[in-house]
Amino acid sequence: MNLMLTPVETEALLLSLKVSAVAVLFALPLAIAVAMLLARSFPGRAVLNAIVHLPIVLPPVVMGYLLLVTFGLRAPLGAWLNDTFGIRFMFSWTGAALAAGIITFPFQVRAIRLALEAIDPGLMQAAETLGAGSLDRFASITLPLAAPGILAGAVTAYAASLGEFGAIITFVSNIPGETRTLPLAIYTAIQTPGGEAAAARLVLLAIALAFAGLILSEIAAHHLKRINGR
Amino acid sequence: MNIEVRFTHRFPGFELDIAFAVERPGVTALFGPSGCGKTTIVNVIAGLLKPDKGEVRLNGSTVLDTTSGINVPAHKRRIGYVFQDARLFPHMSVRRNLDFGARRTGERLPDGEASAIITLLGLDNLLERKPRHLSGGERQRVALGRALLSNPAALLLDEPLAALDSGRKAGILPYLERIRDEARIPILYVSHSIDEVTRLANDIVVLNAGKIAASGPVEDIMSRLDLFPLTGRFEAGAVLEGHIARHLADEDMTQVVVGRNRFVVPRVGDDPGSALRLRVRARDVMLATKAPRDISANNIIAGKVTGIREDTGPYVDVQLDCAGTVLLARITRMSRTRLAIGHGKKVWALVKSVSVERTPSRQDGRS
Repeated sequence: MNLMLTPVETEALLLSLKVSAVAVLFALPLAIAVAMLLARSFPGRAVLNAIVHLPIVLPPVVMGYLLLVTFGLRAPLGAWLNDTFGIRFMFSWTGAALAAGIITFPFQVRAIRLALEAIDPGLMQAAETLGAGSLDRFASITLPLAAPGILAGAVTAYAASLGEFGAIITFVSNIPGETRTLPLAIYTAIQTPGGEAAAARLVLLAIALAFAGLILSEIAAHHLKRINGR
Repeated sequence: MNIEVRFTHRFPGFELDIAFAVERPGVTALFGPSGCGKTTIVNVIAGLLKPDKGEVRLNGSTVLDTTSGINVPAHKRRIGYVFQDARLFPHMSVRRNLDFGARRTGERLPDGEASAIITLLGLDNLLERKPRHLSGGERQRVALGRALLSNPAALLLDEPLAALDSGRKAGILPYLERIRDEARIPILYVSHSIDEVTRLANDIVVLNAGKIAASGPVEDIMSRLDLFPLTGRFEAGAVLEGHIARHLADEDMTQVVVGRNRFVVPRVGDDPGSALRLRVRARDVMLATKAPRDISANNIIAGKVTGIREDTGPYVDVQLDCAGTVLLARITRMSRTRLAIGHGKKVWALVKSVSVERTPSRQDGRS
């Protein structure tokens, strides 16, 4: 079997890497904020937690449908975004990134929340008595101690993003060079007569990427234990 | 420099009603059994807990007043706080831990003073280490240094030795003594160990079930019979302030003057004239109604019975006035009846052992 990627396949790979990167980077600050919120107790925490984790249990096609009726050009929000800022998610790679970002959001929140909950609250009190205000404490204690967890969450979300299929194809269709990411390219190759070799190459690639992502996230988690002195 | 605290706070099934003041530099012990609210008090002073009602004043300025709604946040109170569990930042080296408060204080300590504190606490060789590579005692010394380098107006120590084994405790006590003698700020020292209190503290605030049972100089509080149940029956005893009269070189003993009495104790290293604190446990004192002779006890002090405290059980505690010095003795009820010991009776106290609880303040200039 020829392992060299064709230009079209390379395009799908690069598009996937780009879509996932944008998805994870834009979701990250929000994921940190939501994780911090979920790490403390307040009324309605269970509800927020359920909403955040909904994308894991919902069928991806349902997520795609929901995105379509929210950000479609005939939907109020989608129309407003298009008219006011010229932002259009429909049939665009940014739409693929939005779908991947939302679907993998729970992975990020979960990892960050675990990292935050592992921080001894006594350290915050100590920092407080040493003259650190709340923003200062966040920057000098919370973020550095949670950093490996944040990294682990981002890497896991990135690897999962690379594999997102159902929501993307439902929301932004399967447009070569625009929304045809790796899984969509695999699907297309399988559907195409004589595309078995291409499909196999892309499947190997997908497995390698997922594997690398999980190993990286494991290394980050290990680092978290070390940095917290355990 | 002073701390004034007055507050009430209600926990489920437990209520605190606290009022006391720390008026002078040196160590004031906050003493009481576990779970009596000691940590709550220091948290209120530090600003980590807002009580239901009350006020806290530091050096005359109000940092908390629930009536007028003043509540200066903890990070602006300039209170050094050493926690029972050190709470060093695990991702920072010892040096960066020490710098943490120093970089955030409005009035930084002069460099010379900062490095003097680091040396005083024996931290010079630990600066590049991470907290996980430190022993428990070293961690507490770093926590102490970190609090001091933030140049606090007052220092709160919440059972800093409680998590250490007895060897490590003994290792860190001399450092605490040095801090006490060098720092010119009030230190509030939370403890449930009367040994630590008598060794370190000038004043003591005795806490019981959420209320202040008594407060005052350690010598006065420790000689009060009515506080025996709180100061610990077994360990209770008189704390005496004195100074070294001379060393008895041949006997390897030291003569200590306390008021108008003289005690001899196993030789102490300090020079004649140095101040010392002696502790005489009530259980180490026997009583005689005639001047005893031909007996091994070296310290036989004449006095008059001024108080007797009876409790359930076979023992009674007897308070003596020995020419102005208060001693306490624990004898059996049986002996008391046999010797007809009552108020005003003249007796001789046979002191079986005296412990030198505190070496003097003048530490510098000696090797």
